[in-house]
Amino acid sequence: MAGGGLIGLAAALLLWSHGRIAGISGILGHAADRGDGRTYRWGFLAGLVAAGAIAAAVAPSAFGGAVRSVPAMAVAGVLVGAGATLGGGCTSGHGVCGLSRGSPRSLVAVATFMISGAITVALAGARS
Amino acid sequence: MKGAVLAAAAGALFALGLVIGGMTIPAKVTGFLDVGGAWDPQLAFVMVAAIAVYAPALRWIRGRRPLAAARFQWPTARAIDARLVGGAALFGIGWGLAGYCPGPALVALAGGGLPVLVFVAALVLGIALARRLAPA
Repeated sequence: MAGGGLIGLAAALLLWSHGRIAGISGILGHAADRGDGRTYRWGFLAGLVAAGAIAAAVAPSAFGGAVRSVPAMAVAGVLVGAGATLGGGCTSGHGVCGLSRGSPRSLVAVATFMISGAITVALAGARS
Repeated sequence: MKGAVLAAAAGALFALGLVIGGMTIPAKVTGFLDVGGAWDPQLAFVMVAAIAVYAPALRWIRGRRPLAAARFQWPTARAIDARLVGGAALFGIGWGLAGYCPGPALVALAGGGLPVLVFVAALVLGIALARRLAPA
């Protein structure tokens, strides 16, 4: 619960400071773009990765091991990246920001990826 | 400079929220999606809490001016089409397999070892492939 509150606060800070939606797949996917979005994208990504590195050093137990083999992780990564790009967002952009705005697109996207995720776990198991 | 610091603070706060929320533990994510098995509903509360904070904040912020930008940039897409549903379906398959979505994977990049490095590299590749093969 507290973690979720911080996520909401972080997304609000990005909106208030830069007028942008905190959609991580979009921020990552457009990181190489030219123009005025560079500052907020690279700043946000740097903060995200650096804070993660510090957290991993301070509280390693908050990071779980992989539940699949490395080849399966490669397949999953491509699906997540391509899917978020085609679908216009991921768990943050659609799930937190889009649902908060009452976006019908986000509602459809979240329902769809929850269902396909649940079907995948039902077929592949929660770990392998 | 102010803009970069504010964006980095937002990124760091977002990372902290994901870590405290348990999103950097892939088994917790697959456990959340395991609705027909040993379902662990905890991550639903993380999402609800995030929305409970962001939704009212959004309404308050919307009436102001951004601190370090000229204007707000709201999403403009409206179509509910095969691209949206197909993309989200693919996303869910990858999410259910790995137990990582993009944010937690980037947060775990430094401490997650080879599986996370491979996942993030593949994530960037997937984004590039989709943009190239199916441009909007």
